[in-house]
Amino acid sequence: MFSIPAFLESLVPLFWAARYTLLISVGGIALGLVIGTLICAARLSRSRFLRNFGALWVSFLRGVPLLVQLLVFYYSLPLIGLDVPAMVAAIVTVGICASAYISEIWRGAINALPPGQAEAAVAIGMTPRDVWGRVILPQAVTMSLPALINELILLVKASSLVSVVGILEITRASQAQAATTFRPLEVYLAAACIYLLINLCLAALGRWLEYRTAV
Amino acid sequence: MQASAVEIQKVNKYYGPFHALKDVDLSIPPGRVTCLIGPSGSGKSTLLRCMNFLEEYDSGEIRIDGKLIGYDAPGRRMAGRALREMRRSIGMVFQQFNLWPHMTARENVAEGLIRVRGLPKADASARAAEALAKVGLADKMENHPARLSGGQQQRVAIARAIAMEPRLMLFDEPTSALDPELVGEVLSVMKTLASEGMTMVVVTHEMGFAAHVADRVAFMERGELVAADTPDRILHQPQDPRIQSFLRTYHERNSF
Repeated sequence: MFSIPAFLESLVPLFWAARYTLLISVGGIALGLVIGTLICAARLSRSRFLRNFGALWVSFLRGVPLLVQLLVFYYSLPLIGLDVPAMVAAIVTVGICASAYISEIWRGAINALPPGQAEAAVAIGMTPRDVWGRVILPQAVTMSLPALINELILLVKASSLVSVVGILEITRASQAQAATTFRPLEVYLAAACIYLLINLCLAALGRWLEYRTAV
Repeated sequence: MQASAVEIQKVNKYYGPFHALKDVDLSIPPGRVTCLIGPSGSGKSTLLRCMNFLEEYDSGEIRIDGKLIGYDAPGRRMAGRALREMRRSIGMVFQQFNLWPHMTARENVAEGLIRVRGLPKADASARAAEALAKVGLADKMENHPARLSGGQQQRVAIARAIAMEPRLMLFDEPTSALDPELVGEVLSVMKTLASEGMTMVVVTHEMGFAAHVADRVAFMERGELVAADTPDRILHQPQDPRIQSFLRTYHERNSF
């Protein structure tokens, strides 16, 4: 029998665990945005070395599952003498992995802009900095928003993988909960509801941002 | 004889093995309208784009008011800053308008004044309003490009260029992307500019405009400048068989 009280009771500790899910996702996307922007700049740069480096970065990180990246990263840290909290290791790994996708999102948006947009700015005598800052990037950011929100939602779900390095986020917390209450269906359904709630909020945030930046 | 606004000498341009401009010589007189005509792929847009170095030329010289553009000396590229300095006084209008979609008409025009000329925002905005009024768009200033017709967008693009107070205006097929009924409003703005003595170089397929507004017409084919003369001598008494054949095709296409 499905027990509604058991379902409701498990919501509370899982909400608590959602802090870590959110921290990892938001930290991951923030780091991913910074690194992804740099990688995108490298891929668009004139230097052949930087372009190749960017291409390698993207193909490796996209080609290896996040779960494997997490394990490799986590277990290689002690080898180089670094004692990093699991949380930090998780955010860094998730951020690095996201950077590969984010740099491709940026690159796609920038390449999708008609070359005439930059030409009009160059012809009027704008500096490269203004051409990028005033003409290319504002449009690229607007165009990327749906894809970035998509990536953020994927990260929230992918954050369940960091349970393998011992972080008590939603998925790991629900496993623990299920093991003590013997009510797995109720607990996992509660977990599903919390993930859904988070992602519906993110989707709404995305719609609001798109609406605000629409012309 | 007055010095040329643009002096083009022995200009060559290659795209890989393709010889796009072949020893082109042309001088553009100041205060006049020069039309560049010719079949598509003849190099007229390329030549125009070399005049503000949006396109690099490989050899030869292009001088704007006597100053070499793009190079300090043959083969030595000009510093970005010096090139930007020169581009400030060369306005350009594109076939696809190239308005910035995230800015209103007024912001499109003010942007260059703020960023390039360093005007305070209020002054730039006031000047943008003047320029837009001049092209007949005083009532559309706060519209984004998406809310304007093609003809209106192109007039905003012209306002954006003239607000910078250029000494030379380059038009790259300004009416080719427009629906036929919208061509007139753009040409009429261009006529007004011409009557005020603006130096204009216009790549165009509008033979009517070339015949009635241009002071000089230059004909190009396969990267060569075939002839440059008065509109009458090029369009009504062409000597060169290549021009005759081009005009014949043009007339056939436009008769019904």
